[in-house]
Amino acid sequence: MNTKRKQRLYLTVFLLMVSAGVTGLLILVSGENMNMFYPPADVVAGKIPPDQKVRAGGMVLDGSVQRSDTSLAVDFQLTDHQGAVFAVAYAGILPDLFREGQGILVEGKMDAQGVFQAEEVLAKHDENYMPPELLDMDMQAGSQSNKPAPSIDPRATKGDSL
Amino acid sequence: MIPELGHFSLVIAGALSLFAAVIGLSNTRNTLLQRSVVSMTVGQFALTLLSFGALVYAFATDDFSVAYVANNSNSLMPWYYKVSATWGGHEGSFLLWIVIMSGWMLALTLRGQQYPVSFFTKVLGIMALLNLGFICFSLFTSNPFIRLIPMTPADGADLNPLLQDFGLIVHPPLLYMGYVGLAVPFAFAVAGLLEGQVDSAWARWSRTWTNMAWAFLTAGITLGSWWAYYELGWGGWWFWDPVENASFMPWLAATALVHSLSVTEKRGTFKSWTLLLAITGFSFSLLGAFIVRSGVLTSVHSFAVDPERGMYILIFLALVVGGSLTLYALRAGQNSTQVAYNFLSREFFMLINNLILIVSLAVVLWGTMAPIGYEAITGGRISIGTPFFNKFFVPLGLLLAIALAILPLLNWKRTKIEALRPAATTLLVAAVFTVLIWFVLDPTSVVVASAVGLGAWVVLSHSADLFKRLRKGTTLPMAYVGMTLAHLGFSVCIIGIAITATQSEESDVRMAPQDSVMLASQRVTFLGVVEAQGPNYSAQQGVFLVEPESAGSYELRAEKRRYFAGNNVMTEAGIQAGLMADTYVSLGEPLAEGAWAIRLHYKPLVRWVWLGALLMALGGVVAIFDRRYKSLRVRERKTPTGAATEAATKAAAAQAQV
Repeated sequence: MNTKRKQRLYLTVFLLMVSAGVTGLLILVSGENMNMFYPPADVVAGKIPPDQKVRAGGMVLDGSVQRSDTSLAVDFQLTDHQGAVFAVAYAGILPDLFREGQGILVEGKMDAQGVFQAEEVLAKHDENYMPPELLDMDMQAGSQSNKPAPSIDPRATKGDSL
Repeated sequence: MIPELGHFSLVIAGALSLFAAVIGLSNTRNTLLQRSVVSMTVGQFALTLLSFGALVYAFATDDFSVAYVANNSNSLMPWYYKVSATWGGHEGSFLLWIVIMSGWMLALTLRGQQYPVSFFTKVLGIMALLNLGFICFSLFTSNPFIRLIPMTPADGADLNPLLQDFGLIVHPPLLYMGYVGLAVPFAFAVAGLLEGQVDSAWARWSRTWTNMAWAFLTAGITLGSWWAYYELGWGGWWFWDPVENASFMPWLAATALVHSLSVTEKRGTFKSWTLLLAITGFSFSLLGAFIVRSGVLTSVHSFAVDPERGMYILIFLALVVGGSLTLYALRAGQNSTQVAYNFLSREFFMLINNLILIVSLAVVLWGTMAPIGYEAITGGRISIGTPFFNKFFVPLGLLLAIALAILPLLNWKRTKIEALRPAATTLLVAAVFTVLIWFVLDPTSVVVASAVGLGAWVVLSHSADLFKRLRKGTTLPMAYVGMTLAHLGFSVCIIGIAITATQSEESDVRMAPQDSVMLASQRVTFLGVVEAQGPNYSAQQGVFLVEPESAGSYELRAEKRRYFAGNNVMTEAGIQAGLMADTYVSLGEPLAEGAWAIRLHYKPLVRWVWLGALLMALGGVVAIFDRRYKSLRVRERKTPTGAATEAATKAAAAQAQV
């Protein structure tokens, strides 16, 4: 085998090793850092494993938003309008488009009392945009949806982003 | 009438690009036909511009009989936002995309004489074919000229308030210049494969265009990040949102391409790799368009969900990627040349740089697409958060900095180990500096220390090399100046990222009027809320007094705006911008008894992130003005005919080998 061939072989072996290593790491790290999404029915059915960071979502139940008088704590309930309702507790600033009746996503953990302790609250950034996670739910509920106006791209909602 | 004129122009432009594509790719030797491709390219630009102008006119004159205008504008908006609302939605922004594509083609024709005629005709043919795909997409799935007759609304639905901002005026055009600009190196790569000409001269031609597109992309992403920071009220500048990733992936590929092209130009090697990167770069632009416009991913950026559009782009993407990769598989091997180089050589470090960038690209791709794959396989939905990306990008960024610090000392082919002595010296200085910084700032975080230290090392090693060259009295080639600027920009950027990510103070608090809180040795007092009026919104303006320990106090105003038309609420942060730190205040929601939820941030060196990125973009542009690209231009005037140009480029190629 001449030097050039040898060089090429080394390079190939090196690249193969790198790509195998990278793929392995990607699978490992993304497994540790992924958040499953749970619709209200699954939340109510107790499918969220304890102490695991997940995402849940639903429509904010009308009249359920309770602000504390002394701190930034806020409690509200999310529903799928199909009978499943669960409570969420959050401390912080809610996104601009957080309103009763709106579809939102929450990220956090389920506590022992069955209250979802949200670390982040994500709302859609535009009247017409619906997070795909909530789209099926919205269709089933037969509420608004399919409004004509397109939303536009640019950046995120304010709140805590998506 | 005017919108119909715009619609009609777009149809004709589509027909012209069809002809230009057929003739351009037909291998014709007929000079008249070859020239006709250039004429059609010019005509196509004029027509798409006319079409775009018609849409702008519809916006400027509040023509709400056009559906797209009715959905994205309102008579109360100031005129400049009416104009920029043209690219505020999916249809219009895609028309802008088409105009920019045609604009790049026009730019190509202006410099067309310096390339061999048959090669250049193919480049235009490929660009025209791509543009045909874009125009059909616009006409068949996203026509901005559709009328709402007789159901014409009295007024428009308003533009999303987030987009009524200076940022929207400039961010999409710049970003699209970058996205679409990557079609040029793509077309050069495919034409090079078709013509069997991939050599140093080819790399030199491609480099100016690649640098240009890359600089636009860099500037566009930077601007988007800055806009998100001041407009969204959450104080972040990057969120690993799928659409941010969509712009970051082509950027990573293009950055690798810029470096790989330099090896292909200077040493005639890495050819297959360079070609692959050129194809990859543009493919990721298209993938980005797919992600943004199909709505497959949860993103705050997404346009309204429309499976038909997504399917069209996906098929287009498959054809472009499939076609070019097939050609690549058939032809790329023919260009291979063996050039030997040592481990301690500039080639090898470029290889390392490319490897790091491609691994980064793989990470972003994985993190962005895994949720789709997961859903397809299991039906469940997942999201992949920031920690995933950070775990990879911290070490990858640091490794890149190490390679960057050593690079200016390396020669092509091989370098003696003694030549690295300055690197060791600068490393020592940087290390001492770092240890000092580390003790002052944050003795717990090794990552911050290494980022600052490596950033300093990059700056020192590049400065040392610069001074060495200046002492010799040689004039600095622009390419060298550009490279140095870009690399300094990189280190400014990573120092900014490391510091702002770890040393920022952020708090969400409840404040009643006259309450004070301490924010990084500044006393922030909430004075209360006043009413303010804008042209198409009313606002509640929170007034804050900030008193730093040393310098004078100043006032910050943050707004909560309610737009009349859509009744949308939007937050406008109050920011005291500074080179060393920003103080950032935004209003949350009103609470009981006149109190408000308030977000307070103190962000040291956050400006460095954007300044560094802009320095990189500037470096890319400066490098284009290198003499060796100019010499081609001089030659082109002397030799107007195609054959002579071909001879000239061969000569240039020979010269490049030296």
